[in-house]
Amino acid sequence: MDTFLTILLDGLQFSSYLFIVSAGLTIIFGVMKILNVAHGSFYAWGAYTAAFFIGKFSDMGMPDALGFLIIIAAAVVVGVVLGFIIEQGILKYMYQRDEVLIVLATFGLFLVLEDIILIAFGTDPYFAYQPMALLAAVEIGGITRDVYGLTLIGVATLVAIGCWWLLNKTKWGTILKAVIFDREMGISMGINVPLVYTLTFIGGAILGGLGGAYIAPTISVAPGLGTEVIVLSFAVVVVGGMGSIVGAAIGSLIIGLLRAVAVHELPQVELFVVFAVMAVVLVFRPEGLFAPAKPRKI
Amino acid sequence: MFNDKTSKFLLVAGLLLILGGAFAPNWIVNQFMFGFSRALAILGLMVLWRTGLVSFGHAFYFGLGAYAVAILDIKLGVTDVFLRLIAGALVAGTAGFLVGFIMRNYRDIFFAMLNTAISMVLFGIVVKTEALGSTDGFAISMSTILGVSPETKYPLFVIITLVGMVSAILVNYYLKTTFGKLTTAIRDNEIRVEYLGFSVAHAIHLKYSISAILAGGAGALMAMSLGQVDPESMINWTVSGELVFITILSGPGNVIAPFIGSLVFEVLRTYAFELAPQAWQLIMGATFLTIIFFIPGGIWSVLEKIGGKKNDK
Repeated sequence: MDTFLTILLDGLQFSSYLFIVSAGLTIIFGVMKILNVAHGSFYAWGAYTAAFFIGKFSDMGMPDALGFLIIIAAAVVVGVVLGFIIEQGILKYMYQRDEVLIVLATFGLFLVLEDIILIAFGTDPYFAYQPMALLAAVEIGGITRDVYGLTLIGVATLVAIGCWWLLNKTKWGTILKAVIFDREMGISMGINVPLVYTLTFIGGAILGGLGGAYIAPTISVAPGLGTEVIVLSFAVVVVGGMGSIVGAAIGSLIIGLLRAVAVHELPQVELFVVFAVMAVVLVFRPEGLFAPAKPRKI
Repeated sequence: MFNDKTSKFLLVAGLLLILGGAFAPNWIVNQFMFGFSRALAILGLMVLWRTGLVSFGHAFYFGLGAYAVAILDIKLGVTDVFLRLIAGALVAGTAGFLVGFIMRNYRDIFFAMLNTAISMVLFGIVVKTEALGSTDGFAISMSTILGVSPETKYPLFVIITLVGMVSAILVNYYLKTTFGKLTTAIRDNEIRVEYLGFSVAHAIHLKYSISAILAGGAGALMAMSLGQVDPESMINWTVSGELVFITILSGPGNVIAPFIGSLVFEVLRTYAFELAPQAWQLIMGATFLTIIFFIPGGIWSVLEKIGGKKNDK
């Protein structure tokens, strides 16, 4: 029973951060049809920025609770700054090009951003344990869990509800759906598509940054952070269906729980299992399990 | 087979390089060995790229080739360079042929992603398996040539150059056959190709298998040149990205391009690393973006412009 609960909570926690990151990736893909390899860098930048400032503020004797504010601020700043620069400076000029070529361009961006991290933050790992230490631990069903990890599940749920609300209950969501459905028709209805693209990219980047910033206190923030997370989020969006928020949620649950089971029961297959699932889904349902239905255009 | 400009150039250039290599200092020979080993994989990716397919997972075949050499060395003590090369190409080629049955139905990013998934499956297995060297990988003993163990790396360089030369001539020949000429046709319009009576699936399957064999051979040669294998620098998705990078850098214009592109990559990386050890990826990434933006035909298109030459096909 204890093991089961541990696996379940570990899996949910892992799914949660995967979901936050993948939601950003899938929104960008859904609206802009860009498979953004540089998304891994948003995650890494979020983690580094948060860890750096949490450490700095703590050294200055500020209360540790400020850490949570820093996490959110880091995500927003990273998303807005990087997202804006990349979309306006580079991607904007690529929309007419081949989809695959845009993927390659974001890979180039990924390389560039990875190194700017090294230059800006150095190669030594950062530890920003303060927010985690603040929330101590709690006992659930006989096992001890740190509360911070549990809040991650809450944050992911909030992100999921937020995305759902935005897409289905606001005017913005309607506009987004129109652009996803038919970009040209959207333009002719008077939608400012370039603006929608910019905001979508920034929004997705903020989610990528948030994933990194929120996970930062639980890990050692070290170089190479974004490399692993980007392929994992690829696996998530492929399993769930590219461009679907529900898909991202279910994809991250599948991948997260499977990985947690593997870590506890059969650690040798931890990575294997994730990508095997991805490959199997691609083979049998290339559009993913929950891909949004595509309109057939004549 | 040898009566066109490209093949003649390859023959002459290959022989000149082999002659020159005898007098060149060690570090230059090394650069050429790494460059030409990798070029073999690029040659295969170029065939796919001409068809409009980009694989973000060919490190799978590259890694299979490299690990075939390592396993043969450790389990059976095979050190012969030709056996190693054939084993690498064979293992990767077989895998590529089998995977090809699935892969030939995929296009665009789905093709890229399925390749990524498969390569990461291998990565996941190797990283977590002690018997396969886990994250540390293996050191590989020096290659012998028909029973003789060479004093220097020069003989291996000669073999790599010869293998590269022969492969390039063969691929060049293949591209001129009817099936080879379908490459660009498929990229432009698959339906029309089908109307002409050709099977697109078969054509892509063949190209995919060729690229797998070449990537496997490249991995085997790379493992022998480096003297070691490890998952991070042989199988991880960043390696696939690197291979695609060089393909774009080289340009799809000619079978000579991958060799020039790989050398440029090798030199670029060495100098970028020396110049700014913390920023070499930045330099590479920026170069990559520049190529995508301003020189979509790669280095080859620039050379063509400088040479001011007409089509030599």
